[in-house]
Amino acid sequence: MINDLFPNVDWPKMWEATLETLYMTAVSTILTAIIGLVLGLLLFLTSPHQAWANKLANWLTGAFVNIFRSIPFIILIILLIPLTKFLVGTMRGPNAAFPALVIGAAPFYARMVLIALREIDKGVLEAAKSMGAKTSTIIWKVLLPESMPALVSGITVTGISLVGYTAMAGIIGAGGLGTLAFLDGFQRGRTDVTLIATILILIMVFIIQWIGDVITTKIDKR
Amino acid sequence: MISLNNVSKKFSTKQGTIVAVEEVNLDIKKGEIFGIIGYSGAGKSTLIRLLNGLEKPTSGQIIVNNQDITKINEVKLRQVRQKVSMIFQHFNLLWSRTVAENIAFPLEIAGVPKEQRITRVNELIDLVGLEGRGHYYPSQLSGGQKQRVGIARALANRPEVLLCDEATSALDPETTDSILDLLVSINEKLGLTIVLITHEMQVIQKICGQVAVMEKGHVVEEGNVLDVFQNPQQAITKRFVSQINDSSKALQTIQQLKELYPDGKLIKLGFVGEQTVQPILSRLIKQFDLDVNIVQGNISHTQNGAFGTLILQLEGDALLVDKAIRYIHEQKVNTEVINND
Repeated sequence: MINDLFPNVDWPKMWEATLETLYMTAVSTILTAIIGLVLGLLLFLTSPHQAWANKLANWLTGAFVNIFRSIPFIILIILLIPLTKFLVGTMRGPNAAFPALVIGAAPFYARMVLIALREIDKGVLEAAKSMGAKTSTIIWKVLLPESMPALVSGITVTGISLVGYTAMAGIIGAGGLGTLAFLDGFQRGRTDVTLIATILILIMVFIIQWIGDVITTKIDKR
Repeated sequence: MISLNNVSKKFSTKQGTIVAVEEVNLDIKKGEIFGIIGYSGAGKSTLIRLLNGLEKPTSGQIIVNNQDITKINEVKLRQVRQKVSMIFQHFNLLWSRTVAENIAFPLEIAGVPKEQRITRVNELIDLVGLEGRGHYYPSQLSGGQKQRVGIARALANRPEVLLCDEATSALDPETTDSILDLLVSINEKLGLTIVLITHEMQVIQKICGQVAVMEKGHVVEEGNVLDVFQNPQQAITKRFVSQINDSSKALQTIQQLKELYPDGKLIKLGFVGEQTVQPILSRLIKQFDLDVNIVQGNISHTQNGAFGTLILQLEGDALLVDKAIRYIHEQKVNTEVINND
């Protein structure tokens, strides 16, 4: 029945591509979260009146974030080919996608981190300072926990963008559902393959959104 | 405990320099409840933040616990802050933490081991009257309860000074009273020095021993609350005092009183401090064969005793009335005869 409807779909291959996409999304989301948090915290803490207030550092971080956030992802992949070859050794396979995925998404997430941190009540920060808290204590025990719901919903949105980015990376040979849809589906004119790949990506996106929403609601005690 | 010598704080903004605090000298003694009153923009928020180094003065000396906090480094300043804690108008609790976890926060900062933290948190929850609420989140509490958490949190590291930044301004009058009672009991039980800023004279009246009045960055009047209440010098102080005891209104009606009570003598008694508790009225009636009529009275209670005025009508033998007035004089009550005709 299913084989009649989708005659050209190679199910084991499709499953393998799904796992590759999941792998690329999961790893790049984790790396993006870490790097984005660091960048976002830097942006926040070097801004005026904050613990590490420093115009130059703030300007540099801001410039880095803005530049990499503005480059279209497909161009970023091409620009990063030398770096990828240096870091991963090849341009093929899921691992080759990580430099571009993370450098493309981390600045995007850093902006969301900055917005989340700015939303924190200034009074709470002042209270922590008045108790004699060090900056590291303020980061771990005030800034991150107090902005956690916004950080989680931000990484949810970023993770969903990353699913899309992996598909684009797939076109230049990173593997996963993107490669499958492009090479096996589009280029060979097998619409059913493209359709199934799309449906699988949609399901993935819905699941990520649902997980993000559940966590955000659970941790928000406001 | 705390002394400020010629302290000034200027902020430079794009619009120019703003002088928030100018040439302020204050001396706050150990165990005292010291109130600083002023309208918004008077510089009192900046002043209180100078006392724990949240703001650095542009010039002047700030001695807290024999240490000049303008001269010490960040590490030492953080240690000082554990002993000079603060509560806030908007409580500033961490919403992500429960009541118990909020109170434990300063203990974590001070590096207190977990078991001791739990014991101390339970003590504090009892002290501020929040039994059974330890696992609540701030969003589940009323304003008064949130401020109790704020107070418990501020007391966690057994501070020597408690700074209150408009601590009751966001609360309704009844809750304000209960929080003020809590502050007084803490002051008495723990011998804590309390410095509070407010724009409400009722707060000063209810719990402070000493008061400083601020206007445009300057301390314009300072002293014992009773003295300042009884004899305000500056126009702004008079305005604050009139929030409680509207003497200008009382003066207006004296003309009317004379017309209403044409017989006998009208005398105005001014009470400052302890005298009020003496049963002056009952002795007056027992010792002298006079008709004593209370015409008007206004007595307020402060931490240092009561103060206020009482207007009496004394009717009877003129000689006896004179004797009675002399008797009241001897009780060290301010006496003033209103109608001498």
